[in-house]
Amino acid sequence: MSEEDVETTESEQAYWTENIRLLCTLMAIWFVVSFGAGILFRDFLDQFSLGGYPLGFWFAQQGSIYVFIALIFYYTVKMRKIEKKYDLDD
Amino acid sequence: METQTLIYIFVGLSFALYIGIAVWSRAGSTKDFYVAGGGVNPVVNGMATAADWMSAASFISMAGLIAFLGYDGSVYLMGWTGGYVMLALLLAPYLRKFGQFTVPDFIGTRYYSKAARVVAVICLIFISFTYIAGQMRGVGIVFSRFLDVQITMGVVIGMGIVFVYAVLGGMKGITYTQVAQYCVLIFAYMVPAFFISFLVTGNPIPQLGLGSTVNDGSGMYVLQKLDLVLQDLGFGPYTDGSKSMIDVFCITMALMVGTAGLPHVIVRFFTVPKASDARKSAGWALVFIALLYTTAPAVGAFSRINFIETVNDQSYVEAPGWFKNWEANDLIAWQDKNDDGKMEYRAGDAFVGKPEFTGETGKHGERLLSNEPNAESENEVYVDRDIMVLANPEIANLPGWVIALVAAGGLAAALSTAAGLLLVISSSISHDLLKSTFRPDITEKGELLAARIAATAAILVAGYLGIYPPGWVAQVVAFAFGLAAASLFPAIFMGIFSKTMNKEGAIAGMVSGLVFTFGYIFYFKLMNPDANVAESWLFGISPEGIGVVGMLINFGVAIAVSKMTDSPPMEIRKLVNSIRVPRGAGDAHAH
Repeated sequence: MSEEDVETTESEQAYWTENIRLLCTLMAIWFVVSFGAGILFRDFLDQFSLGGYPLGFWFAQQGSIYVFIALIFYYTVKMRKIEKKYDLDD
Repeated sequence: METQTLIYIFVGLSFALYIGIAVWSRAGSTKDFYVAGGGVNPVVNGMATAADWMSAASFISMAGLIAFLGYDGSVYLMGWTGGYVMLALLLAPYLRKFGQFTVPDFIGTRYYSKAARVVAVICLIFISFTYIAGQMRGVGIVFSRFLDVQITMGVVIGMGIVFVYAVLGGMKGITYTQVAQYCVLIFAYMVPAFFISFLVTGNPIPQLGLGSTVNDGSGMYVLQKLDLVLQDLGFGPYTDGSKSMIDVFCITMALMVGTAGLPHVIVRFFTVPKASDARKSAGWALVFIALLYTTAPAVGAFSRINFIETVNDQSYVEAPGWFKNWEANDLIAWQDKNDDGKMEYRAGDAFVGKPEFTGETGKHGERLLSNEPNAESENEVYVDRDIMVLANPEIANLPGWVIALVAAGGLAAALSTAAGLLLVISSSISHDLLKSTFRPDITEKGELLAARIAATAAILVAGYLGIYPPGWVAQVVAFAFGLAAASLFPAIFMGIFSKTMNKEGAIAGMVSGLVFTFGYIFYFKLMNPDANVAESWLFGISPEGIGVVGMLINFGVAIAVSKMTDSPPMEIRKLVNSIRVPRGAGDAHAH
């Protein structure tokens, strides 16, 4: 991404940077709960259990989905605030 | 009242409701037809998206698939839900802010090129037709199993219903029918699930039941018991899979990215009023989807236990009624290989191939088979995976109205998805090919008429594919996700997050991702299916997961080509800037 362009205002620029930072954090969590806990580290997590669920198995078939929902709603709320802060909301 | 009568009443009522809604919400303009006027409440749109998304396969087949795959079934659960995070965070709000009607609209405008638009239309039509053939087939199967009509007749009735509300109502009609269809299908899915969870574990909430102890006094957890029982019978443990880690990883990723790149899902987010609504709407869509997707693994596990307990080592004469009912429908078969009159259920195939019934009955009253017995396994029972949802109410001894509900639910799932797909096919033809590429002078009225004609033609093609399914249909569902992941997703993603990506890069990327993925799947699924084993796969990645490699190729080629060619013009950089900022979504409609 080249940022040499002149047509964005400073607040738009700052808004976008903050958005990207938030996106990176949330997508990292997205990756960790599904590909991490549900696949790559499943064997390790399976030695723990949640009720009758081996933990890795729980993440793969239940937990990751709950976290996905939480991620989207967190992003929705957080972005509202960021948009208001830079006066760019719709 | 008899179950059969109840089924007719439930299915009839649900159809009347769909048609009623369609008549009430007729489309008056192209904007109504393509994006329901752009004024749909985000929660309502979330519900419609969920119905659009959950197909006959999700409703009928997924729980059964998981029941037999165990841990490996997780690829579908994570893959088909995780894509919504990508949609909500990376695509939906920006596409809504862009504010036009179709996915090729975005690609064509952002890459200032008719060629890019046409490439996108080709990807879209290919993806959508692969997907829709399966839906019409699903409609036919539900009709033939529950309503006792021929598959052909079932498909024709299904086509008629979809015709009424997709052609008349366009996106507007589809949206509100999908809301009704979601309610029908989720109710139909949850009621038997509550019952069976309560039956097996004493806890009616399936998501909790799956983590609880079995209700048989043994004090064992459900999954523990399932592991044990399956291993006793020679299967692998339920909580462990047989796929390699890299393959599980790639399939999950391909399904996620593919979900985010499916045109009929993306286009749903064009219908809400604002960019911020698109995010909210994706969240609600996932809530509604998760309700079914977190229930499915529980239903799968419970019905597998139930099935083994009621069938294994029981004498056929005393087999429960549902066993014989579904045997009559070809979905179950028993071959008494050791001639002891008992049904041994073990790992491995009972016999070679799909059951071929001779039409005669054996000495215990079973339907005889002409199949060659499989000498390598003691297994005597053939069972179709779809049984796990379809026969669930009967296995759990539920009343007739629950069975009727499942029939109506399966039809709702298939019809809602079919309608959504038909809409993106018809709008890409009337809007992208006619209006934006070949006949820019077409009037609003002419375009609306063209959209309706295209929808009609698409229904006929889909119906034909449903009645005469080419052998490849079942083989190529992987196509839809893999191709969406390898072609459309990277082009849209870079269109938003990079200002320097130009038309040469995007087109080269889409074409190379598409060709690679198509070629790989085509080779292993159709040309040389014998070679379709882990040893000959590239990096051990199966055709289902290869879309991930296609996506990486797309990104790589696009970036390399864009570095060697001219950067996009100034107005495109301005366009990207305006997409990134939510303010002003309301006026972005103007063409």
